[in-house]
Amino acid sequence: MTVSYDNSKIVFDGIKAAGIRSVSALPETWLGLLLQRAEADPDVRLIQVAKEEEAIGVAAGAYLAGEPHLLLMQNHGFLAAINGIVSLAQLYSIPLCMLIALRGHWGEPYPWHTRGGIVTEPVLRALNIPFEYARDPKTVGRQIREAWTFSQSSLSPVALLLTRDLMED
Amino acid sequence: MKRAECIGMLYPELEDKVVVTIMGACAQELYDLGHRDNFFYLQHAMGLASSMGLGLALSLPDERVVVLDGDGSVLMNLGTLATIARYRPANLVHVIFDNGSLLSTGGFDSHTTAGITDLAAIARGAGIEHVRAVASVVDFGEAVIEAFERPDLSVIVAKVAAVGPNHYGMDLQLPENAFRFRRWIRQRRP
Repeated sequence: MTVSYDNSKIVFDGIKAAGIRSVSALPETWLGLLLQRAEADPDVRLIQVAKEEEAIGVAAGAYLAGEPHLLLMQNHGFLAAINGIVSLAQLYSIPLCMLIALRGHWGEPYPWHTRGGIVTEPVLRALNIPFEYARDPKTVGRQIREAWTFSQSSLSPVALLLTRDLMED
Repeated sequence: MKRAECIGMLYPELEDKVVVTIMGACAQELYDLGHRDNFFYLQHAMGLASSMGLGLALSLPDERVVVLDGDGSVLMNLGTLATIARYRPANLVHVIFDNGSLLSTGGFDSHTTAGITDLAAIARGAGIEHVRAVASVVDFGEAVIEAFERPDLSVIVAKVAAVGPNHYGMDLQLPENAFRFRRWIRQRRP
């Protein structure tokens, strides 16, 4: 299995089409090609963090500054960022538009990803974070735009889960 | 020296700056001098004030961003110093009040107590060029003036006593703080 070059481009084009000007991220395999595009694109600022919870602070700062910002992370990074999501974003009504690589789910061959994959959806539900699964390259662009719009209108964290169907060939 | 003295000295300089403080004593001491809409008090999510400062500074290159941080918060997010060093926003001044104590949560010693952990050395090791460690009000004032004049990232580690205010409370709801802070920034943009 390899990361989908075509669909990584489609997701990145979707991020740009949604009007995003900066992206914070921690590199992970499925996001690699996307991050390369972000790094090479003069219209998008990529801020690479050391741990995902930092990105919640960076995203909050960008939002308060009025800059359209999106977070890219693996689901284990989402799990590592929960206190920031709850006690900064939700506490202060600060929106977050999160694209989360859903590792450790259907078709996962690596044991180390599985626990995080199994709990991702229940944790999103427990945190009252609206989410959708992105599986189809034909609709993912619209899903990104809608996730962005909803985060801004609801002043809430919103998650779009990038699945294996979308991210691997 | 006391943190309140440092904040008191800094206060007149903060009128036109984008300011983020950590929770507890630091937030209260700034608030008690008189709230302004350009002050954001991060009353939870310890460690993220500096990350917010980074996001603000990169997004607002024409504004001066000031983070009032503490040793306990920085120790919870040491990676932030490396991330800030990497992106090196020229308009960010990161002040770390090091009282060697988790004062707002019961006064337990932090790792910086008795010189065990040196935050200024960590900041330098993370790759931040302009780091100044100060222990007197005069040196603090000088370091702040230098930092505001310097068109580059600055970190000031200020050794302060582990004392805080004798009361806590603000007439400001947390989302209200965020809404007004965001509006203050927006109204200054062309």
